Amino acid sequence: MTTRAFQKVYTKIDNITKATITLRASGVGNDELATVGGRLAQVVKIMGENVTLQVFSGTEGLATDSEVVFHGEPPKLRVSDALAGRFFNAYGQPLEGGELTEGEAREIGGPTVNPFRRIQPSELIATGIAGIDLNNTIVSGQKIPFFADPDQPYNAVMANVALRAKADKIILGGMGLTNDDFLYFKHVFENAGALDRIVSFVNTTDNPPVERLLVPDMALTAAEYFAVDKGEKVLVLLTDMTLYADALAIVSNRMDQIPSKDSMPGSLYSDLAKIYEKAVQLPNGGSITIIAVTTLSGGDITHAIPDNTGYITEGQLFLRNDSDTGKVIVDPFRSLSRLKQLVIGKKTREDHPQVMNACVRLYADAANAKTKLENGFDLSDYDERSLSFAKDYSEKLLAIDVNIDIDQMLDTAWQLFAKYFSKEEVAIKQALIDKYWKA
Amino acid sequence: MKTTGRVNGIISNIVIVKTDGAVGQNEICHVYCGTTRMMAEVIKVIGDEAYVQVFDSTRALKIGDRVEFEGHMLEATLAPGLLSRNYDGLQNDLEKMDGLFIARGSITDPIDFEKKWEYKPLAKVGDKVTAGAWLGEVQEQWVAHKIMVPFIMQGSYTVKSLAAEGSYKVTDTIATLQDTDGNEYPVTMVQKWPVKQAIRCFDEKPRPSRVMETGVRAIDTFNPLAEGGTGFIPGPFGAGKTVLQHAISKQAEADVIIIVACGERANEVVEIFAEFPELVDPHTGHKLMERTIIICNTSNMPVAAREASVYTGMTIGEYYRSMGLKVLVMADSTSRWAQALREMSNRLEELPGQDAFPMDLSAIISNFYARAGLVKLHNGHTGSVTFLGTVSPAGGNLKEPVTESTKKAARCFYALSQGRADSKRYPAIDPLESYSKYLEYPEVREYLDEHIEKNWVDAVYEGKTIVQRGKEANDQINILGDDGVPTEYHERFWKSELIDFVILQQDAFDAIDANCPTERQKMMYNMVLDICRKQFDFADFEECSQYFKSLINLFRQMNYSEWKSEQFDDYRRQIEKFVNDKSAK
Repeated sequence: MTTRAFQKVYTKIDNITKATITLRASGVGNDELATVGGRLAQVVKIMGENVTLQVFSGTEGLATDSEVVFHGEPPKLRVSDALAGRFFNAYGQPLEGGELTEGEAREIGGPTVNPFRRIQPSELIATGIAGIDLNNTIVSGQKIPFFADPDQPYNAVMANVALRAKADKIILGGMGLTNDDFLYFKHVFENAGALDRIVSFVNTTDNPPVERLLVPDMALTAAEYFAVDKGEKVLVLLTDMTLYADALAIVSNRMDQIPSKDSMPGSLYSDLAKIYEKAVQLPNGGSITIIAVTTLSGGDITHAIPDNTGYITEGQLFLRNDSDTGKVIVDPFRSLSRLKQLVIGKKTREDHPQVMNACVRLYADAANAKTKLENGFDLSDYDERSLSFAKDYSEKLLAIDVNIDIDQMLDTAWQLFAKYFSKEEVAIKQALIDKYWKA
Repeated sequence: MKTTGRVNGIISNIVIVKTDGAVGQNEICHVYCGTTRMMAEVIKVIGDEAYVQVFDSTRALKIGDRVEFEGHMLEATLAPGLLSRNYDGLQNDLEKMDGLFIARGSITDPIDFEKKWEYKPLAKVGDKVTAGAWLGEVQEQWVAHKIMVPFIMQGSYTVKSLAAEGSYKVTDTIATLQDTDGNEYPVTMVQKWPVKQAIRCFDEKPRPSRVMETGVRAIDTFNPLAEGGTGFIPGPFGAGKTVLQHAISKQAEADVIIIVACGERANEVVEIFAEFPELVDPHTGHKLMERTIIICNTSNMPVAAREASVYTGMTIGEYYRSMGLKVLVMADSTSRWAQALREMSNRLEELPGQDAFPMDLSAIISNFYARAGLVKLHNGHTGSVTFLGTVSPAGGNLKEPVTESTKKAARCFYALSQGRADSKRYPAIDPLESYSKYLEYPEVREYLDEHIEKNWVDAVYEGKTIVQRGKEANDQINILGDDGVPTEYHERFWKSELIDFVILQQDAFDAIDANCPTERQKMMYNMVLDICRKQFDFADFEECSQYFKSLINLFRQMNYSEWKSEQFDDYRRQIEKFVNDKSAK
């Protein structure tokens, strides 16, 4: 950035830590940006004339006489339709080079939508994956993460969901993305001929971790432009939020804050909520839907990051390997979409809610039978049937490679009911049994 | 002269202010960032430096920016016109705000100061009155809203003059009071009260003795909540806390319901905004929104205001209680409130307690729960605030500071279990872990004897024992195998499943099953209990499980049928026949 006349320039830094510097300066605003020895930094604390800045790319090699230039404004992104089809770094600078000069510069991390002005989400987002559409239906304006171990194909699933979701714009916020995954996304979107609908803000593993902190706000500022100003349906993909939270922990640690659970900052809940709550259905028809990835360590959802996330998001989609069928499935027990009640049986067929619940209940019976089997007990006839049902259910419906529409999913479920169970065992409202039971 | 100050330090939303005069702890001040005026509260004073928490974003605030102190604590505005409103945590009316986004420093009036109310005096000139005494009333929706002597007025007064019946604005003087020294005080329909202090204008706080119907069987039948009582619902995410709270807010037998959405999801509040104006209160036939006040500080709204929101809700609850009304205050979730306290404490660099929460967390929580209760007003009427909070324990582990502190303060404990939620047994209230201390109260026992039937509490304990024994039998079956235990074990297990499926589980999304009035609960519970008391004669465990599955299916169909409809009676007859055919004579 070129120096402008009104900008204050300092050349004496008092303290340097791994991520922050402190210097004496005046007239500095909170959250303001600055350039420190050519690197971007942000004001995080002001005590009298001592100003502390967080240097995004780290302080390695900075000297106490490095030049500090205050920009006089918080981080901004230039928004316009020209964003579409382009790839940016965490600062909103085009990766392929050149300056993006078009459009109004908007502060990132802006204010909250008045809850009273929100509209109740009611539009179904079909993905073709039964583990999602049948059991955990996603609705536009929802925020939902995939909980997955690092070895699971979450990025591939997410790319699939994004392309099938019929969104006007897809905004990818990549945090700590490996270069391979970044190229994968680029490739998939390119092949689908969807590049003109995609805007990407990417921080790869090659980039400094603290830079990641800007990515979600950048992505969501662009999303708000398309949803609020243009009335478009925007899908925001954030991967991987665990790496984002790790970056938060690094900064809070450098600022000597007392860590709470799992060495995470005490404000983790609010920090994550500020991002996820940008998901919204607007009165003008525009919407922001957020699908995120939170990687787990060994499936542990009690860790502070997935735990806080679960309390903020409207459900979670749990990926796991099903040892019976050898496929990756969306776990029906631990997955949940809180907004599905707004559409199932209303926007979808009337039998949807009850069929969904019956499937999961019978699948749970199969899990019990499996425990019995593992403990060396004899299985009853019902146990045997539920085990066979579970295998079919997992293969024909739960597996993420299934791609059928919702009516087909329901029909498949009824077929499985009739194949393995009696009407009493399925225990669905009689009126629905009369109408849909496949004799 | 107001005390003023200058910003001298900024750490996130904590601002250090160098002051030029006296400041009080918890005093409200305004911080100016350019032309934007942001509200803040003093939370610590060191020398001439006041540490204030700003209820807004401090972005672009600079050293030297101006601060004005207001000389009072955070107050709620109490007057007719609070019902049906949607406030933020500081009682700004969200509906009155312009624009899609909430601009920084947005302040809107909590009530309509221009609206005229049809006022009717209740007191007479010459009456001796104290704070909280009813001077008159206006009709607010279907609530007779009492105009009271402001709570802040200490000592006793004589009514000097009263406005005649007629229509007035809230700011019009409707009475003049005279103290013992002859000073006169005009009284209007609007008063203010500092939210962090309890309103104590009542004679006594007797033990709760009546039960508040919620329409949720697992609560009303198994662990009833008392009117004026306290309860809390801890549970991991996805266990159904919010669905349960919404069900209660729709169905509870209360005059006024205050929902505090504290640091939770905005879409959940939108659901209330969308549904409540349409839904009908099952007890009065009025629209739900007419008796509801929503205090909404969602998770992305400023943290400091989140802390204030629960107090604002409770203060409004106490205000309506003083009118002799039954108020239910619900907060979802109190963990977010505790986290707001933690964030503040952390920024103030206080020495942390367990899990980095402030040391006095337990005291703050019990103080807050103590504000609920049944009260006997000076004029002999009773009013109540029933408080129900949810807790979101980290990792679903109930051994964490917020759950443990709340357990000490609340009398009802509705533990939501992950296991039940996983197998879609909703509401996921764990029948063995949960409790209601009110079942032990002789007053409550008497009330239930009279209002449901004689020895009802004994029947409740009998059902709990059956569930307990069923679980033990199931453990045995799991260890020894289906064939390894006598068939009687299976029967025991399936009887507990019968109670579980028919009484404890309830479909909150079914138009009929969602709300189960006391009369219906009594009938269903007695039917189920009668079956549990019978001896059956099964050839083997397969027959036993098959039999009970069919029975449960019939009962479920009955739960889905309209109360006392033909279909309902038909299922009842089918069940009776099914049972009589099988049970040993």
